[in-house]
Amino acid sequence: MNIAADPVVLGEQEADFSSIDKVRVVEALARVLPAGALMYDAEDLRPYECDGLSAYRQLPMVVALPTTEAQVVAVLKVCSEMGVPVVARGAGTGLSGGALPHEFGVVLSLARFNRILHLDPHARTAVVQPGVRNLAISEAAAPHGLYYAPDPSSQIACTIGGNVAENSGGVHCLKYGLTVHNVLRVRGVTIDGEIVEIGNHGLDAPGYDLLALVIGSEGMLAVVTEVTVRLTPKPQLAQCVLAAFDDVIKAGEAVAEIIAAGIIPAGLEMMDQPATAAVEQFVHAGYPLDAKAILLCESDGTPEEVAEEIERVRAVLEASGATEIRVSRDETERMKFWAGRKAAFPAAGRISPDYYCMDGTIPRKRLGEMLEAIQQMEGKHGLRCINVFHAGDGNLHPLILFDANQAGELERAEAFGADILELSVALGGTITGEHGVGIEKINQMCSQFTRPELAMFFRVKGAFDPRGLLNPGKAIPTLNRCAEYGRMRVSNGHIPYPDIPRF
Amino acid sequence: MSDLTEQWRERVRAAAASGTALQVRGGGTKAFYGREPVGEVFDTRGHAGVVSYEPTELVVTARAGTPLAELEALVAERGQMLAFEPPHFGAGATVGGCVAAGLSGPRRATAGALRDFVLGVRILDGRGEALSFGGQVMKNVAGYDLSRAIAGSLGTLGLILDVSLKVLPRPVAETTLRFAIDEKEAIDRVNDWGGQPLPISASAWCDGALHLRLSGAEAAVRAAERRLGGDLVEAVGASAFWAGVREQTDAYFADLGAGEVLWRLSLPSSAAPVKLPGTQFIEWGGALRWLRSDAPAATIRERVAALGGHATAFRGFDRSSDVFHPLAAPVMAIQRRLKQAFDPAGIFNPGRFYDGL
Repeated sequence: MNIAADPVVLGEQEADFSSIDKVRVVEALARVLPAGALMYDAEDLRPYECDGLSAYRQLPMVVALPTTEAQVVAVLKVCSEMGVPVVARGAGTGLSGGALPHEFGVVLSLARFNRILHLDPHARTAVVQPGVRNLAISEAAAPHGLYYAPDPSSQIACTIGGNVAENSGGVHCLKYGLTVHNVLRVRGVTIDGEIVEIGNHGLDAPGYDLLALVIGSEGMLAVVTEVTVRLTPKPQLAQCVLAAFDDVIKAGEAVAEIIAAGIIPAGLEMMDQPATAAVEQFVHAGYPLDAKAILLCESDGTPEEVAEEIERVRAVLEASGATEIRVSRDETERMKFWAGRKAAFPAAGRISPDYYCMDGTIPRKRLGEMLEAIQQMEGKHGLRCINVFHAGDGNLHPLILFDANQAGELERAEAFGADILELSVALGGTITGEHGVGIEKINQMCSQFTRPELAMFFRVKGAFDPRGLLNPGKAIPTLNRCAEYGRMRVSNGHIPYPDIPRF
Repeated sequence: MSDLTEQWRERVRAAAASGTALQVRGGGTKAFYGREPVGEVFDTRGHAGVVSYEPTELVVTARAGTPLAELEALVAERGQMLAFEPPHFGAGATVGGCVAAGLSGPRRATAGALRDFVLGVRILDGRGEALSFGGQVMKNVAGYDLSRAIAGSLGTLGLILDVSLKVLPRPVAETTLRFAIDEKEAIDRVNDWGGQPLPISASAWCDGALHLRLSGAEAAVRAAERRLGGDLVEAVGASAFWAGVREQTDAYFADLGAGEVLWRLSLPSSAAPVKLPGTQFIEWGGALRWLRSDAPAATIRERVAALGGHATAFRGFDRSSDVFHPLAAPVMAIQRRLKQAFDPAGIFNPGRFYDGL
């Protein structure tokens, strides 16, 4: 076989969909959807113009709101036949613009797929539709002493379908894993309208691990219509340790020492002094304000286990030079410790008109370098940055503070963010730990991956969606886009749901 | 202990140009697994060595030809382990072969599978391009998760160069309990216990006896031991027992008779007893059931599919036929296109997984 004759079909450059005829598409979809399941007037489309990354806005051509899998199949067949882009959407809480509509495309909302189909407490699985909210699964499982472990901060609003698309994590994923570790099977529809079952109700499935590919694929490979999740026994008890440090590097070393001692805490979070100060005036969590950094370390399990682990954690923290250690005495105090950490995003919103949240992950040992570099970047870009950090797994959320109404600040915030992402890659990490690439970080993908690697991503996409109709323009940059990278950073991120916790 | 990436790249390019099938092989300990290997043997053992190990980052990166035993011994020195307890099936097992086979051991049901611990891979694709996916960090959602897809692909997608694996601390305490109960009761009980906050790390039922391993904090293991009852198995015997399960040196797995096949049945954990002819060995809280049987493959596959699972002919089967469970047509079509994407000339272990992959 001649290898030179093996071109990358997709991904050389952005596809042009401008010749799509809206009237014909609406007519074709109206034939397969009931009244009320199709919207195409601008005022009806407005609520769909952005997701949780509201700086990017685009009205879709059409919104489809199917209620049955047969309707999803029909919509996809129409779109496939007419060459129309499809953007699947859950609750629209994503932070990277993954559900940003396509100007010439259909937004396929799975909001009406909101039923828990089957919950089997004995097998500890639940079969749910994609529009079911993350927290609703845990609520349904609670009477059986079970819950769904991944807990992204937006869990009261975000849907399991969106979690599958983004491979969402949460505060507890160091111990309990990400979405990919807690989903057993998905049922979905390909762009050609074929129903595929991927994964299995057992612990593995035959063939290549398509489940791993679909989870985190940002709606680019298939549209999910059903998800089987694994449920976990609820720990009997959780207790939290708050430790203060007079030096950020020491706090970082304490994190490494906890891991080195053979402890995998249920949660391990860090905040720097500016972040602590910002949340303290907002929620009065009682954090020590003179500390350069604080750590929150949570232990869960049986009462015996927790008692044993807390003592080991305390010993490690003392040896690591913590200046103060508090152990939560009851649930109220534990929640108070967490209240500050969970208020970091809204607190940033209170002390600054706008902020830009980053999501890089780095090897933990490079934390000191990263924080020092961020300090220098504050000077370089003339903006402040407060740092919160899922310390246990190396996932950073620096919050860059700016005012979009001041000329040039937005651009400086974007440049600041891009510097952080580039450094994350240079330190051996990744540009996104849990928020996804979407449209937001698509240019930085060019820094993280080589041209042949990006080409392989497009080939993999082509194995599912040969003509590139599912969520085009997201997650994987075209080779052409990468060639132009550097002059095309567009905008920043605002959070449009100020009442949803974010951490 | 050397980096052979460049030599391998030349060899892969030459093989692709001439359409030569390559039979990728490490220690050959899993050569029995899958369909018949064909092609020129490509020995991976020269590309060996642990590239980096960071105990506090919980990650180890090793070249494909690194002996699995060497890697496990290295992390054990720092009180850590590969929590998925991969079977070696022989002294020569390599890290690359372990990942390519994708098999997990007794701890799988509670700790996770091999694919859950793969953080990143570097491979040569069928064009001879060195590609790196994933990385060395726990949370990484940049790009499709191709490193997990390489795990368990039986070397048919690409030639593994290096792998980064997440490691975990070894449990402080471990104990094994034994219960004399029948198959149905064993399946019921392990599922009941699975829904409770108990430190269970493995289960194995065979011939009227359920072995249950508890691992974790000292206090938690002791409390669970008191609560569950059963007979305590002394430590040396318990350790030998679990090694026998993991490596299939347990008497159950010995001496397959003529016409007898060892089937690997992957089922929903609470699925009813399979009621197929033959004898069984049940692991993973009911989700993995080994079956020694001379029943026709079609009978076994039909029954297992009806229970919501899939069946692999693990040992003793005709390797020119379907060893792995047949796939639905739309899923098979995606698999074929994936193979084409990675290995357009079809040189890596052709036919080892499925006919045409």
